Amino acid sequence: MSNGKITIYVDDVEVETEPGKTIMEACDASGIYIPRLCYHKDLIPGGHCRVCTIKVNGKPTNACTFPAQEGLVVENDTDELKEFRRNIIEMLFVEGNHVCPYCEKQGNCELQALAYRLGMIAPTYPYLFPKIEVDASHPDVYIDRNRCVICGRCVRASRDIDGKSVFGFVGRGNDKHIAVNAEHNLSETQLTAADRAADICPTGSIVVKRTAYKVPYGKRMYDQEPIGSDIEKSAKV
Amino acid sequence: MKASDTKQKKIVINPVTRIEGHAKVTIRMDDKGKIDAARMHIVEFRGFERFVRGRLYWEAPTIVQRLCGICPVSHHLCAAKAMDGIIGVDKLTPTAEKMRRLMHYGQTFQSHALHFFHLSSPDLLLGYDADPAIRNVIGIALKYPDLAKQAILMRKYGQEIIKATSGKKIHGTGAVPGGINKSLSNEEIALLKNDIDQMLEWSVQSVDLYKKMYMDDIDRLSNLGSFESNFVSLVRKDGCLDLYDGLLRAKDKDGKIIFDKVRPIDYLKYIREGVRNWSYMKFPFITSLGQEKGWYRVGPLARVNNCDFIDTPIAEKQRQEFMELGKGRPVHSTMAYHWARLIETVHSAEKIKELLDDPDIKGKDLVTAGKRRHESVAIIEAPRGSLFHHYKVDDNDQITMANLIVSTTSNNEPMNQAIRRVAEDHIAGQKKVTEPVLNLVEVAIRAYDPCLSCATHAIGQMPLKVKLVDFRGQVIDEKVRG
Repeated sequence: MSNGKITIYVDDVEVETEPGKTIMEACDASGIYIPRLCYHKDLIPGGHCRVCTIKVNGKPTNACTFPAQEGLVVENDTDELKEFRRNIIEMLFVEGNHVCPYCEKQGNCELQALAYRLGMIAPTYPYLFPKIEVDASHPDVYIDRNRCVICGRCVRASRDIDGKSVFGFVGRGNDKHIAVNAEHNLSETQLTAADRAADICPTGSIVVKRTAYKVPYGKRMYDQEPIGSDIEKSAKV
Repeated sequence: MKASDTKQKKIVINPVTRIEGHAKVTIRMDDKGKIDAARMHIVEFRGFERFVRGRLYWEAPTIVQRLCGICPVSHHLCAAKAMDGIIGVDKLTPTAEKMRRLMHYGQTFQSHALHFFHLSSPDLLLGYDADPAIRNVIGIALKYPDLAKQAILMRKYGQEIIKATSGKKIHGTGAVPGGINKSLSNEEIALLKNDIDQMLEWSVQSVDLYKKMYMDDIDRLSNLGSFESNFVSLVRKDGCLDLYDGLLRAKDKDGKIIFDKVRPIDYLKYIREGVRNWSYMKFPFITSLGQEKGWYRVGPLARVNNCDFIDTPIAEKQRQEFMELGKGRPVHSTMAYHWARLIETVHSAEKIKELLDDPDIKGKDLVTAGKRRHESVAIIEAPRGSLFHHYKVDDNDQITMANLIVSTTSNNEPMNQAIRRVAEDHIAGQKKVTEPVLNLVEVAIRAYDPCLSCATHAIGQMPLKVKLVDFRGQVIDEKVRG
């Protein structure tokens, strides 16, 4: 450690950072992309999805919550971890009903983009095809839990940014799902389309109505470059 | 029909080949060899009308287009038109209207090229009785390499138009409720303009080629699978051919108007759908005539018969020549469908050329909105005929009802009629049924529709299996192809 800085070693690359930063933050600042799904820079890390799993001194952990410490040896871009992450993504796909071809989030969806980046051709696990109804009761926002990956971004955004706690987790294990703070449905909550919780979903699960397909092919977020390219490019500049 | 108390033979063609989709044909003969019944069965079930229920209305244009990989644009645009109605839009911005039309003409151009050259021309150019091993698009490429290349490039050009207007060659997202999500750049226009004159020239050559082929063999071709019928199509308010929008017109076999200027929202007053227990496909009919007499044909032949004129010069000249076949009445020949199809190919190329010169396709005013409604009907002329989309949407923006009448469905009874006519002319009384004769049945189907995926879909190979069986089910003759 010198000048208040610490050094970690990510895939044999020296990464300098400050005490108090997570490994994810340290790597982002250095242009090293660690795949992630539930993590969002504006939210307190949740550590839910485990897509950002790395190995620290040989032990698996999640990069979004693990603090950087002097001399840590981190494995990130390895075949083993890429396969591990791809398996997580595959499981998320088969647990829900993710029909990318018509989903209005296509091209802007982080789940879809991760699947492409991690080389998922098609899920190898059996589809569960859960029967899930859409809650479109709210005039401006709808929830399609077919596409929910239980990342909890909406829960954290509504609670910590919007100060409303519209969303919360209920149930456990396979039954775990996002509930709304109301007797029946979303229309009874304080949610507005301008809330951060309404546009922070990484998939097409919580969507502001009447905005679908407005951006043509070729101009959507992940049409030209894979997810994570912005992080990788930002440090090279 | 009482199979148990008459001595019958049954011929089964299963599946029908060189179509997209899965169909089976059965032809039953009595003990004297007379045709008792000839039917085309659509043997698989789809269900789009059910699974769009509960989805948000703006998703419909993107979902329902997956009925088909050959003419998805027609479903995409028809659903988008219906959703225009749901959001209260009766008139699009000029840019949106012209971009959608351009997309549709590109679709018609490529689909007609595929239909005629790739799927139907092997029967016509190589002979319906040619060796089945070469009676396909590869056989065309070997014997007529320039024509095959032209066919591929024509289809490619139409697909490029679709990509430029909808984002992708298949299953794009260009049309959104109330408009379109993009216009064309100067670069895109320049690229498409490079080839349009060639496309138009090839289209004219194609119609001339088929015209000569038809006239040289008119006695056989005009009778093959032919019968008289009513016709239904959209026409523009002034009676002009219009593939994208208009009002419904129906003519009877003599060309007299049955109904005219019918708005899409009123279609249920004029058209109903019947069902039969041997096919998943419905049987639409003109309500006032009843199910027995009210069935009708749609598609290129219906459109060219029904319209008063075409507003592009070369296609109009071709139309006038074509209509002389009918001698003042509609043209009824099944094989004239290809002729009419190629006239529309010319028309589409002319329209594409016109639109590429229109500055509106570069405009930035893409979407408009109106007052929300709960029910909407749209009709478009898909390559194979009138396509109806009817939706109801609740206050939550969710679809509660969808009814789609696809062109294949409207042509269901006509295809059965064509099969019957071929069977009566070529199979009745025969003890053995040859492969070329069975192919004639398929030739007649392909004139209407080589694409049954609106009602069905199939995976894998499409062999042809034919069995000639007696009334006890004992196989007398069997042929397997493919």
